Amino acid sequence: MSRTLRVTALAGVLTLAVSGCGGVGGGGDSAGGGGTGKGALTTMGFGLSDEIATTRVDAFKKADPDVDLKITEGAFDEQQFLSAVASGNPPDLVYMDRKLVGTYAKRGSIQPMTDCVKQQNIDMGQYRPAAKDQVTLDGTVYAIPEFSSVRVVYLNEALLRQARLTADQVDLSNWAALPALNARLAKVTGGRLSRIGIDPKIPEFLPMWAKANGADMISADGTKANLDDPKVVEALTTGVKLISDQGGFGKFKSFRDTFDFFGAKNPLATNQIVAWPMEEWFLNQAAKNSPKAELVVKPFVDRQGKPLTMSSGQAWVITKGAKNPDAACAFVKTMTATDTWFAAAKARAEARKAAGQPFTGVYTGNAEADKKIFDELYQPTGNKRFDDAVATIRSVQEAGFAMPASPAGAEFDKAWYDAVNRVLAGQEQPEAALRRAQQEATAALDKAAK
Amino acid sequence: MATTVSTPAPGRRRRTPLARREARWAYLFLAPWIVGFLVFYAGPMIASLWLSFTEYDVINAPRFTGLDNYRELMADPQVARSLGNTVYYTALHVPLVMAISLGLALLLKRVGRLQGFFRTVFYLPVMTPAVAVGILFLLLLNTQDGLINRGLALFGIEGPSWTTDPTWVMPGIVLMSLWSLGSTVIIYLAALQNVPRDLYEAADLDGAGAWARFRHVTLPMISGSLFFTLIVNTIASLQMFTEVYTMYFGNRETQNRFNSDAASFYVIHLFQEAFQFLHMGFASAMAWVLFLIILLITLVQVKLSNRFVYYEGEDQ
Repeated sequence: MSRTLRVTALAGVLTLAVSGCGGVGGGGDSAGGGGTGKGALTTMGFGLSDEIATTRVDAFKKADPDVDLKITEGAFDEQQFLSAVASGNPPDLVYMDRKLVGTYAKRGSIQPMTDCVKQQNIDMGQYRPAAKDQVTLDGTVYAIPEFSSVRVVYLNEALLRQARLTADQVDLSNWAALPALNARLAKVTGGRLSRIGIDPKIPEFLPMWAKANGADMISADGTKANLDDPKVVEALTTGVKLISDQGGFGKFKSFRDTFDFFGAKNPLATNQIVAWPMEEWFLNQAAKNSPKAELVVKPFVDRQGKPLTMSSGQAWVITKGAKNPDAACAFVKTMTATDTWFAAAKARAEARKAAGQPFTGVYTGNAEADKKIFDELYQPTGNKRFDDAVATIRSVQEAGFAMPASPAGAEFDKAWYDAVNRVLAGQEQPEAALRRAQQEATAALDKAAK
Repeated sequence: MATTVSTPAPGRRRRTPLARREARWAYLFLAPWIVGFLVFYAGPMIASLWLSFTEYDVINAPRFTGLDNYRELMADPQVARSLGNTVYYTALHVPLVMAISLGLALLLKRVGRLQGFFRTVFYLPVMTPAVAVGILFLLLLNTQDGLINRGLALFGIEGPSWTTDPTWVMPGIVLMSLWSLGSTVIIYLAALQNVPRDLYEAADLDGAGAWARFRHVTLPMISGSLFFTLIVNTIASLQMFTEVYTMYFGNRETQNRFNSDAASFYVIHLFQEAFQFLHMGFASAMAWVLFLIILLITLVQVKLSNRFVYYEGEDQ
């Protein structure tokens, strides 16, 4: 089938049912196959929204001034990417969620990084194992990881004090005691929820609860689902009970939907929530908007009390059909190199200082970069709560696990998200929902493996 | 002696140079639309028909699989569920929009000098971007703090969980869809204003009351517009996508949260199959099935319209 027909066909599906959006092409004026540091270089899915991005891009431009870098700003969009691929004019580089890498690698739309790593002498040992797992399929590296987002437990100590509890008494390893603790912390008056006790953050954090219970929801090679494991069922049952005990999912969700985590009226400042696992970025927001909040940050723990966290983040991939793979490889190396991260973190620290706000660090997929940033740049803010929180976040990076690259990652995710949602909506019990999810996920994974 | 005058058959009549020139100009002016139709509609449709018989992931070349996609589609419970949801929504949305729009248009017709103002007010919501409507209604339908449940609470009614209770998700979506009924109101208002006054006067002379005038004069005279909006709203309902996708499936953030089976519409499922799971061949088959469903429903409506719709100039 000719390329023209394929492009036409792609438009056809949407013509019949949805209004199609236009595709995006890579630079048409690329100097194909140029050596490192020459020709046009196009990216998709990346934005120059802050100093972390601009400093690193500037570093590349300085190192490779002959490369005509064209950054199409905006978040990664599957439809846009696939349109570009189908038209035979993909961008050289795409910045995407690491969990998508496996699917695109399996389909052959992105290149293995083997040559790039060798050619640019990229030290893969500098990246965190969890981040590397997410970009490795069948033993081949398909992407270079960027940030490393981890989950920790945030506690509002002022509210704990009201409940005559201390932060140490909030023990998330003791699942049997969680309902009682939750009941003590939550505030439900006249059927109306006005304070969340413990938010388990499901569906999205179910893999972390399952891991805490000793179960992986998918095999390490990303090809076998393990959703109906009794330990996963127990994890889901535990999380759902925490929610249903707080007035039911309808009220719980509607209350949580009103939260603004990015403003001065965030749920920590307004005492709307007591204990909740969340990504590390909230610490930045809390430091900026609620520096006086009585915040305590603890590691999420497994049932033995051992620190545990789920890691995720973005990654750079070089597309199949990239016109300037050499420059793309050079760009990726520069963007994720230790010195570049350090320069970016320095710019962030200076920007925060100029704004009179604390600098709480930058957490990357590059362990060496993080060490340099925290050893040489980071200065404790003087606010013990936030300084301790930074130390906690740094410490859990080593305890991180990630959902591995999978050839049918999107379908696998949909299967278990739908299962959790059915349970939350009261349509199914955890065991039945996860059994169905297991069947759906297995079918998708088997099909993708063919 | 009888003489016969031969007249050329209508189809063989030679056109005058002026008529030919006019025809050429007509085709010239039509050309952009014809070319647009061929390039952007007919071509892609034919290509997607071919793709519906293949396994195609957009990245690799399609592989012919015969009717496999259609067989799989018929057996897929998620397709059945999403189609059921879509039909349920259409069955609720279309009659409601038509009834409420007609009521509003009748009220608007009675408004005197302020009609222009109210017409604008009713039409303004149509200008709101669909994504904004989705977000807006997520807030309005919030169980605890949404304006709708707060309003119900004033009457002592505890509002439902519009966005999480599977029973109430669809009514919530239908409620949202009423936000943009302004177009239908404007069409009905124009139709109402075109009903000849002498028909009402004649009905008055015959002693017809308000209901009889509405039933035997207004409705028949605006039946063309009613039929038009029936078809257009039905097609739009069966293709519902943007608002619901924004509310429940819209971005990475919301995908990582709650979405309900009850909000899974056919086109949303099609979009997920095509662009998230890379099953473009399967999605093409879904698109063609939807096309045939819409075609069938429209044909039935057109057939029925012969009995119920009055067009000016017809002998009915």
